[in-house]
Amino acid sequence: MRTKQMLPVLLTLLVCASIMCPSLMFAGTVSGKVTYTGTPVKPKQVDMTKEPSCAKEHATTPVLNETVVTGPNNALENVVVYVSSGAPDDGQVPSQAVTYTQKGCQYIPHVLPMHVNQELDIVNADQTSHNIHPLPKSNIEWNKSQPPGTPPIKEKYEKPEFISVKCNIHPWMHGWFVVLNTNHYDVSKGAGEFKLPNLPPGKYTITAWHEDYGTQTADVTITGNETKDVNFTFKAKAY
Amino acid sequence: MNSLKPMRFTAIPRTAILGFTILGLVLAVASTPRAFAQEAPDVGPKPPVVVKPMESHIGNITGHAADAKSDYRRYCAGCHGDYGDANGENAVWLDPKPRDFTIAAFKCRSTLTGTLPTDEDLYKTIGRGLTNSNMPIWNTFTKQQKADLVAYIKIFSPRWEHEKAGTPITVPAEPAVTIDSIAHGKALFTKLECWKCHGTHGEGDGPSASTLTDSKDNPIRPYNFATGGNDSRFKCGNTNQDIYKIFMTGVDGTPMPSFADVIQPNDAWDLVHFLRTLQVHRKSKENEVLSAAHGVIPPYVEKPTSNLAPATVPADNKSPGGGQ
Repeated sequence: MRTKQMLPVLLTLLVCASIMCPSLMFAGTVSGKVTYTGTPVKPKQVDMTKEPSCAKEHATTPVLNETVVTGPNNALENVVVYVSSGAPDDGQVPSQAVTYTQKGCQYIPHVLPMHVNQELDIVNADQTSHNIHPLPKSNIEWNKSQPPGTPPIKEKYEKPEFISVKCNIHPWMHGWFVVLNTNHYDVSKGAGEFKLPNLPPGKYTITAWHEDYGTQTADVTITGNETKDVNFTFKAKAY
Repeated sequence: MNSLKPMRFTAIPRTAILGFTILGLVLAVASTPRAFAQEAPDVGPKPPVVVKPMESHIGNITGHAADAKSDYRRYCAGCHGDYGDANGENAVWLDPKPRDFTIAAFKCRSTLTGTLPTDEDLYKTIGRGLTNSNMPIWNTFTKQQKADLVAYIKIFSPRWEHEKAGTPITVPAEPAVTIDSIAHGKALFTKLECWKCHGTHGEGDGPSASTLTDSKDNPIRPYNFATGGNDSRFKCGNTNQDIYKIFMTGVDGTPMPSFADVIQPNDAWDLVHFLRTLQVHRKSKENEVLSAAHGVIPPYVEKPTSNLAPATVPADNKSPGGGQ
């Protein structure tokens, strides 16, 4: 075939590719910072004297309640920022598992996002027994004992939900499973920054969730390879 | 015709004045807004209860939800509520609260934590009642009535429509009660940290006992093994097999977890034997064996072969969501 005939074919292929597989061609990023206004409650110190094996791990650095964790310049940590609508690849369950660790009688990480039906591995890295007792309302509730040295507990959740997690033996332990329909999520850390890369061109709704300060949304449109700056500001609660 | 006499008010009879006054008062009262009334404002008719055609199968009895409608209304709705959501009018005065059937999480099962109970589990709970709670021992019902009520309970949660009941766990034959078995049970009680909630003597006074809350955030106490006399019972039964099932399946909706993944079946039986000795006022084979040993439980020597490995449950009996 001659070049003149090839050109429209090539152009058609290119256009088709960019429509069908836009991520091959263009992928933008939404990033920004999560901050707070006002004065958050001073976090209380957690008393672990009832569990000496954990208390001694924190002998030098006191453990603070993790409901509100702040960083420099009014940064708000542990905010789950995710694409709540618009992502074309939602529903793809990753093959790798996420891990939730009980260490020093704390849950690490405090907030764990995961995809619906993604494997969740729960590890006890302490010298004491814990019972892992997530408290879902739409998903199924179960409660399992996990002594030290036992293998990880493998579970998964079928419905999107923000699930409160606790240990009945150690009442100060508290954390969250955030089960989402999307893999486009991040948790704000340190200076409150988050990053959502690999977003093909399109219109998105970005949702930011904090366990105490509530939920906020922002709409953003990606047209190409750009990085869109989206920031969230939460109002601190007095108590 | 112009001889009209002026009206004399004294001519109106007293009965007429009285009558009109009463009428006036009645009209005034009837027309005032009902804000002062004792009842809540009328929010309209409640939605009807949808009685789905659920069934139950216990032995050779089949229960039908529709046949239990009037029994439920008469005997159960006062606590469990018309919609099975534990909002019956008595519920505010009850502790522990009645079961909320809309969640489909039940305390007494032969199935793993997080799975639905079998029809027989529910049937037995109705007949046995729940000790230390307001759930009576319903020995007034016929077998058919109980089966129909089991079917009726299933209308309140959509889980019953598409989820099968869990497979009952295997309870192996009970080995002999010996002082060694009791000693091993005591070692397990310590190692698995049951004492954290139940206390070292099982009296419900462990270090974590005072902060326990159930899944609806109501304060809850761990079981006190030393309560009761010769007939001291557990919520989910009073045989050794029942105790075995309690800690292997966990008591869903409460802080009591399942130990199915961390206890071997033989070790579990040793724990059952030890737990019986915590029921100090109960006549049992275990307490006899303990008195024969002068009331002293010897220290347990860990044999190399026994370890904490996952318990043997049937291969297809998975905990929800593909757990181990």
